[in-house]
Amino acid sequence: MTQHEEEHKQHRVPYGEYILIWLGLLALTCLTVALAGIDLGRWVIITALIIASVKSLLVMNVFMHLKYEDRMFRLFALVALVTFIIFISLTFFDYAFH
Amino acid sequence: MTSKAVAGEHKHRDDVGSRMGLWLFLFSELILFGGMFIIYAVYRFMHAEEFRLAAAELDPFIGTINTMILLTSSLTVAMSITAIQQGKKYLSMALASTTLVLAVVFLVNKYFEWSHKISIGIYPQSPELMNKPQGEILYFGLYYVMTGLHAIHVIIGMAVLGFMLVFIAKGSINRGSFVKLEAGALYWHLVDIIWIFLFPLFYLIH
Repeated sequence: MTQHEEEHKQHRVPYGEYILIWLGLLALTCLTVALAGIDLGRWVIITALIIASVKSLLVMNVFMHLKYEDRMFRLFALVALVTFIIFISLTFFDYAFH
Repeated sequence: MTSKAVAGEHKHRDDVGSRMGLWLFLFSELILFGGMFIIYAVYRFMHAEEFRLAAAELDPFIGTINTMILLTSSLTVAMSITAIQQGKKYLSMALASTTLVLAVVFLVNKYFEWSHKISIGIYPQSPELMNKPQGEILYFGLYYVMTGLHAIHVIIGMAVLGFMLVFIAKGSINRGSFVKLEAGALYWHLVDIIWIFLFPLFYLIH
């Protein structure tokens, strides 16, 4: 039976780690709201997207256990992300040279 | 004990494969929402000033509250997995239920937000909206489609987590087998991530 359980080995993430990440996410939300109140010009969208990306990474790595998963998962996520970035860049190239 | 006897007891399961399958599905969701984010990016680029004016109609306070509600709902569903791993069935159910309650609160806020917009005449094809400049029409079109599709995902996620609660109650999700709950939670976190991007793009343009 112990062997069987080992086969399905589990990562038990402690509550404390989740709560820490959650506090970080709330802090980043406050930060992005506060920054939106300041006139940063063209940097508004850039800072907002950077903060949103950091929040997403925290959610994916800890809440979604990506950092405890097999390497393959991260590779998949990277491929999906790169595909999406290619879509965006091609769209903007098309737009810029229209 | 021969290995045959052990194999007979062993119910075949591939938790890693199950989770990977769900991740692949989540990538297809990325492409679904991604297409809309690209449309948003191009229109915002074309109509920067009008997007800014239109966004002033939204209340960043409700948006912030809803962001915090969804982040908290993600926390509780993640914690419900730890609870089931510890064999604490009722704690796990309580945490997953908290996620459902928070999801309802999110949707109620969304309902008030949308009905306020509609009451002041801003809804697709409304005479009030059609008189506005092109960029504002596009902004509100995207606002309704993207937050609407997101709300549909919230409702689907609630249904999925509702089933998970039943599975925990009946014991088919338990200390030794909880991949179903993990899958439901992964979907829920994706809904959270999409909102993480929708929030600054629609509410925080100044």
